Amino acid sequence: MINAPFADGHSWMHGIDPRLRVIGAVVFAVVVAVSYEFAVLFAALILSLSMALSARLAFRDVVHRLLTPLIFLLLLWAVLPWSYEGDALTTLGPVVITRPGVILCAQISVKTVSLMVAFMALLATMTVDTLGHALNRLRLPDKMVHMLLITYRYLFVIEQEYQRLVRAMKIRNFHPKTNLHSYRTYAYLVGMLFVRASERARRVHGAMICRGFNGRFVSLREYPPRIRNPVFCLFAVLSLVMLVALEWLT
Amino acid sequence: MSPVILNLTKICYGYPGGPLVLDDLDFHLHAGDRIGLVAPNGSGKTTLFHIVMGLLKPLSGTVEAFGEARKVETDFVEVRRRMGLLFQDADDQLFSPTVLEDVAFGPLNLGKSREQAVAVAVKTLDFLGLNGFEDRVTYKLSGGEKRLVSLATILAMEPEVLLLDEPSTGLDSSTKEKLIDILNTLDLSFVLISHEFDFLSQTARHIYTMEGGRIRFDRELNIHTHRHAHLMGNQPHRHV
Repeated sequence: MINAPFADGHSWMHGIDPRLRVIGAVVFAVVVAVSYEFAVLFAALILSLSMALSARLAFRDVVHRLLTPLIFLLLLWAVLPWSYEGDALTTLGPVVITRPGVILCAQISVKTVSLMVAFMALLATMTVDTLGHALNRLRLPDKMVHMLLITYRYLFVIEQEYQRLVRAMKIRNFHPKTNLHSYRTYAYLVGMLFVRASERARRVHGAMICRGFNGRFVSLREYPPRIRNPVFCLFAVLSLVMLVALEWLT
Repeated sequence: MSPVILNLTKICYGYPGGPLVLDDLDFHLHAGDRIGLVAPNGSGKTTLFHIVMGLLKPLSGTVEAFGEARKVETDFVEVRRRMGLLFQDADDQLFSPTVLEDVAFGPLNLGKSREQAVAVAVKTLDFLGLNGFEDRVTYKLSGGEKRLVSLATILAMEPEVLLLDEPSTGLDSSTKEKLIDILNTLDLSFVLISHEFDFLSQTARHIYTMEGGRIRFDRELNIHTHRHAHLMGNQPHRHV
């Protein structure tokens, strides 16, 4: 259901302390989100592409992951250029394409792609449990981190239970139609999933308590201090300062 | 007589809105005991285990473990350290992403350092013949592997007593053989729930049944073999 093709690599990027990568990704996201100058946005795009290169991400997987946001962007391109008010850029028959509309679309597109690629390079290069532990050591509330980790682990189990219920429906010749019977059946399906998930949660919690769980996860993974950590920090601070300066000066 | 590890007296328990599942149940476990429990579904075997571990509170009666009465949550912390419960469904037990993390989870909770916890985990996996499983992803293991890894997570805490809830269910015969070997190698007391007489007869020393919410110590099932003769007796056959 979830596959993490980027998490297995052994590149320079994979060895950097996950905490630094999380902070870097968040700050980068904020800076890019509030910037509007094309110089800044394209600089950010180049930055994130070079990060993806240094993490040695497979080109095909990156493109594959970009497909979903691209569909969303296409939708924007289909709607915004003619619905946004402003000076006309050109006219296509009765439709007026406005300059601010096109500019807005271009900004959103460049932002989306550069953020997606940056997150792939910085965050997708760690497994979900590493991410959880990194967030934990960044003092995020325990509850949030546990929810992330446990959701990740049990998504598969819940999906299996879903498949099991769907099979049980299919072997008794259930065909969804637009009628009350179908709606009710789907409602039962969702209800059953909730009931089973909460029962499962109760049992898992029991099993954890039996093994001495006291509310804290301890991670086995260690990221020893390495020379690449300060190098990454320096690089990140310099590029972020550059982006902010570009936005401010122009 | 060996010392009493576990002493349950007059335990009653019923789920909200239902009849009593356990009704005045008495149970003693001595060090070195290997007890098998056979009983129909819904007769309260799993409930019994959960009461012993403090996951459920009995409506009445007392739980005494390792020589002390156990009443409140904090009393059970020690019980859980010295007794290991193997759940019926391995997916309930394995929640960490990788096998090594899951097996090391218990030792880490007991306050061991990372290195110690990893060492214990690796040792336990080796003992169970699961070398090389450390980095396997728990939800991608097969049913038999999941069961053995679950057992590893319990054994890594170095318990004195095991409570095994249908450990042989759903295992193929070779994994079952392996489990029987492991249980017979371990020098631990255990209580084992199972529906499989074959499995029970090869692991437990005493087998009891449950009836009416109690364990019937007066009705021990005896493992036995006897010789008899009938026509076609030289062909493979079953007695029903």
